[in-house]
Amino acid sequence: MLEIKNLQASVEEKPILKGLNLTINAGEVHAIMGPNGAGKSTLANVLAGQADYEVDGGSVSFHGEDLFELEIEERAAKGLFLSFQYPLEIPGVATMTFLKESINAQRKQRGQDELSTPNFMKLVKEKAQQLNVTPEMLRRPLNVGFSGGEKKRNEILQMLLLEPSLCILDETDSGLDIDALRVVADGVNSLRSPDRAMLIITHYQRLLDYIKPDFVHILVDGKIVKSGGAELAHELERDGYKDIIASA
Amino acid sequence: MAAIKETVNTVAEIDLDNYKYGFTTDIEVDKAPKGLNEDIVRFISAKKDEPEWMLEWRLSAFRRWKKLEEPDWSSVHYPKIDFEDLYYYAAPKKKIELDSLDDLDPDILETYKKLGIPLKEQEILAGVKGASNIAVDAVFDSVSVVTTFKAKLAESGVIFCPISEAIREHPELVKKYLASVVPVGDNFYAALNSAVFTDGSFVYIPKGVRCPMELSTYFRINEPNTGQFERTLIIAEAGSHVSYLEGCTAPMRDENQLHAAVVEIIVMDDAEVKYSTVQNWYPGNSEGVGGVYNFVTKRADCRGKNSKVSWTQVETGSAITWKYPSCILRGDGSQGEFYSIAISNGYQQIDSGTKMIHLGKNTKSRIISKGISAGHSSNCYRGIVSTQRKATNVRNFTQCDSLLIGDKCSAHTVPYIEARNSSSTFEHEATTSKINDDVMFYCRQRGLNEEEAVAVIVNGFCKEVLQNLPMEFAVEAQKLVAISLEGSVG
Ligand SMILES: Nc1ncnc2c1ncn2[C@@H]1O[C@H](COP(=O)(O)OP(=O)(O)O)[C@@H](O)[C@H]1O
Ligand SMILES: [Mg+2]
Repeated sequence: MLEIKNLQASVEEKPILKGLNLTINAGEVHAIMGPNGAGKSTLANVLAGQADYEVDGGSVSFHGEDLFELEIEERAAKGLFLSFQYPLEIPGVATMTFLKESINAQRKQRGQDELSTPNFMKLVKEKAQQLNVTPEMLRRPLNVGFSGGEKKRNEILQMLLLEPSLCILDETDSGLDIDALRVVADGVNSLRSPDRAMLIITHYQRLLDYIKPDFVHILVDGKIVKSGGAELAHELERDGYKDIIASA
Repeated sequence: MAAIKETVNTVAEIDLDNYKYGFTTDIEVDKAPKGLNEDIVRFISAKKDEPEWMLEWRLSAFRRWKKLEEPDWSSVHYPKIDFEDLYYYAAPKKKIELDSLDDLDPDILETYKKLGIPLKEQEILAGVKGASNIAVDAVFDSVSVVTTFKAKLAESGVIFCPISEAIREHPELVKKYLASVVPVGDNFYAALNSAVFTDGSFVYIPKGVRCPMELSTYFRINEPNTGQFERTLIIAEAGSHVSYLEGCTAPMRDENQLHAAVVEIIVMDDAEVKYSTVQNWYPGNSEGVGGVYNFVTKRADCRGKNSKVSWTQVETGSAITWKYPSCILRGDGSQGEFYSIAISNGYQQIDSGTKMIHLGKNTKSRIISKGISAGHSSNCYRGIVSTQRKATNVRNFTQCDSLLIGDKCSAHTVPYIEARNSSSTFEHEATTSKINDDVMFYCRQRGLNEEEAVAVIVNGFCKEVLQNLPMEFAVEAQKLVAISLEGSVG
């Protein structure tokens, strides 16, 4: 589904990703771990198409297409979803309105009919309940005045509604207390399916106790220095990055 | 950053030359020679079949105007207007009295079609049952050519007609109220308008009558170099109620066109007037050349106790807008409201706001202003809330929000408060937000393209004001808001 080859990217002329390789197949859950500043968010942003990040080399194919040939919104409509580390606030736009506009914009791009209001409402109600997102939150302007945890739940709500084929979660666990973490993890797990893949970026192994990854990769200084199974996350927790880096 | 550079480039490429409503119709006109002097004033008065008293009134306004200076206190900049180089009168040659739009000059009808006039006239004219009841007093250039629904309005005693007709048919009302809210010498443009106004609407709602339909007028400039000088007079007697809608758009022109309208509203005890405007005059091309100069004086006088007036405006057009719909809250317990969306793009300049003059006790005012600037435009909210010593227990709430798109535009807020007593409360809130690259990235990551994202954000921003428009207008206005910002983010 996603094939990253020798990816190099920089921000403000500063090289961040320095030759990253990663292949993700449908049905797989990959975790990327690494110290602060390693380039984890950079990878997520480059994949989603954020313009501040310059692609200096390498290639990425997504569902067999050259990802870099696609506009940001085209990537979205083709199933790439990024749950932001720092979700944006949009004053004046009710969360509900934003959700509806997003779904319909994607459907439009895919040549599907718009979702009718009753169908949309039914869908939102069901998914919101699953994530403990209250109707009151849905009426409020998008992310405005939301707590850190509410913002993250709102990201996952959008993910459940948009049903992407590739879910990229950037530090979704940060700012969540243990109960919220469980709710979010249940939401994410409910999306696991043989034709969907996930890329979970996290600092701590904590989230991975709830969302079991098939593969764990350690990203240090813009490169994957070690890959393994779920047990790698535990090793990392036990030994710290230093040992892993040293042994890599 | 790369993305910001892109934004700037895209903004620079906005295709203002393809202004949606840039076209003209070929209709022969009957017009006065260029320039302004007493003879031109006489010509206009004669063309309008006016009584002697009206001519005298115009002539004294003209003499007054000669003594006034063009105001220079606002934030707008434009080359000096040569008032001798303008035409002050143009009328469609085929002047006809019509019962319905079917009988209208097909060219004019076509013009309205191109404008996409949102009303359901097509249905109404085709005899479609249940089509909404909107009376149209359409102004084509300077003469009203169509007036519909007169009969239905007459049944309830409502007078809705071109002002020139009111001058002939209802002189006692016109004499009593004309210039009673905006005196001839109020300002330079009001004096000019008084001397040369060519048409506009007259509305009279008798005591206790709820006007059975929304009253609506469309204005449009069609002749090159023809100043448009509308004059509107609305009188709401005690306990009456009326909602008046005005919308306009103008064809593409190279030379700037002057538009200096005067609107006066008189509201008696317990009466209520709602005045809604959608303004979409030609804004000039991508270099800022051409475009309408819109210098308007709009004022409502809440003379009666517990009277109420509400101005709602959506301003998207004109090269220059200079406009401050105001409320004189004279009657005790009277209320004034001002809801405004002012959008500037390209090189447009807007200096707009409101004045709430509290003279009566327990008077209330509410100001909601939403300014959106894009491109190289500048957008200034200028407002005054003043309370006189005797006006006790006044309450005012003001909210001024600005939204900036890109980084070449500007927004300013200039709110004045004059309080001459201590029992009044003023609340003022102001916010400035920006549609920046991060917000755009977030929206696009969710599947919205740039235009859809801007539309969602802007409609959210404007919601409070759009909700105040009558239904027929709200949908159109929402579309217009999106159209006027097309291509402003990249
Ligand atoms: N928009 C940006 N502007 C400037 N520097 C950035 C930007 N984004 C990331 N960086 C820099 O790139 C490096 C990698 O950042 P990031 O990818 O966010 O790391 P991580 O998510 O692994 O903590 C850091 O040194 C960070 O300061
Ligand atoms: Mg990060």
